[in-house]
Amino acid sequence: MSDKPKLALYWAASCGGCEIAVLDIKEKILDVDAFFDVVFWPVAVDFKVKDVEAMDDDEIDLCLFNGAVRTSDNEYMAELLRRKSKILVAFGSCACEGCIPALSNTTTRDATLNWAFADSPSTVNPDRVMPQTRTEVPVGVLELPEFYETVYALDQITDVDYFVPGCPPQAHQIWGVLEAVIDILENAKPLPPKGTVLGAGDKTCCDECPRERKEKKLKGFVRIHEVIPDPDQCLLDQGIVCMGPATRSGCGGLCVGVGVPCRGCYGPAPNSKDQGTKMIAALASVIDSDDPEEIDRILDGIVDPVGTFYRFSMAHATLGPVTVGAGNGNGESEAGS
Amino acid sequence: MTTTTEAPLKPPEVTAAEWRPRIVAFLCNWCSYTGADLAGISRIQWDPSVSIVRVMCSGRMDPTFVAKAFSMGADGVIVSGCHPGDCHYQEGNYKTLRRVHLLKRLIEGFGIDPSRIELVWVSASEGDQWAETANEMAARIRALGPLEVGS
Repeated sequence: MSDKPKLALYWAASCGGCEIAVLDIKEKILDVDAFFDVVFWPVAVDFKVKDVEAMDDDEIDLCLFNGAVRTSDNEYMAELLRRKSKILVAFGSCACEGCIPALSNTTTRDATLNWAFADSPSTVNPDRVMPQTRTEVPVGVLELPEFYETVYALDQITDVDYFVPGCPPQAHQIWGVLEAVIDILENAKPLPPKGTVLGAGDKTCCDECPRERKEKKLKGFVRIHEVIPDPDQCLLDQGIVCMGPATRSGCGGLCVGVGVPCRGCYGPAPNSKDQGTKMIAALASVIDSDDPEEIDRILDGIVDPVGTFYRFSMAHATLGPVTVGAGNGNGESEAGS
Repeated sequence: MTTTTEAPLKPPEVTAAEWRPRIVAFLCNWCSYTGADLAGISRIQWDPSVSIVRVMCSGRMDPTFVAKAFSMGADGVIVSGCHPGDCHYQEGNYKTLRRVHLLKRLIEGFGIDPSRIELVWVSASEGDQWAETANEMAARIRALGPLEVGS
């Protein structure tokens, strides 16, 4: 083993996009390899979990952990890598905020499993065979991780040092973070305060949006497939629900630049904890009506407020996870949808 | 650079027998708080399960406050401001009106009965109306029972 600083990357409940995003730094990955000794990265190198288990505590210098925590295996790996790493980074929206996997917090574990393994149109499972944590077969016992009721962000499971948001984090931001870490380790500089959000801006997505905002008042909302948006005007001004006002900057306004509204992947704006309630405050200001009935008609244009406002931050939603059934109101209609 | 770590706040534990509704009311300084004050000095009795938070304008009531109140153990929230047209800041109460309508849809999506949020207009001279609102809300929350967020 070399005496280079050790780097680990891991994916829990994620799509793999964050792994690709790391390679989007292109030839600079060679600089990363030159500086670090990659000791664990299931998607790219052939080290096993037992290799990590055999390490001393704090042996890994930097661990970039992407993916949410959905199963007992995800939780085990999160805690294992926490123990073995000096710096644990929640890398990408899933690890930071729950992201798309955490949208299943709008329904129950059973509804999720039923849909995935039995009821979806592309599934044939007449006996409704469901995954079991333990199955005895002639050759021995098979074990699967437990599937949790709720999807968690990494910091809800273990202690996290830094957060790198984004779905996925953009390549220039990733390189910025890696470059900073290399500089810190190489020159023994002090680390940023614990809990810092790295690789992102300090403003909202609107601040880096190239479009012109006139703060128009709206008589109705439209969905993106219903209109061809004007290329220069603010999308929200055009009645399209754009999460820009409630989302942290850092992406460079990628989506809004090509006529697609911001969906909120860089998470809540600085100094705010809850993206959805901030979005309500922003939207309420642009509705052009003082009449309760007309307001309701206008709001009918916002389909699925929970899924829209918390598309990437459901794990940290103040009111989440969604209560299904029970006496608190509805929620049943969400099940299986 | 900003930090995101903060110790989670948890609602106090109570048994079913001890339970009484906890209602948080956000009242604007100019009309509704003065109205509630009038109810007090007029010695009108109202339900003690309502706790008042004074804000300068009902428009200061960030939807985040309501979400936080529910997550920390409130069973209901009242938002009250000046009557339409009477806002001390011209249009703060209209913003509140639109916010509360959207907020009700949001909490319904989270499986929380939207009637756990009540928006009323109470002027500085309507002490009796404030007491009535507080009592009605307390009765409604008693009927709905305790709220458990995120269960």
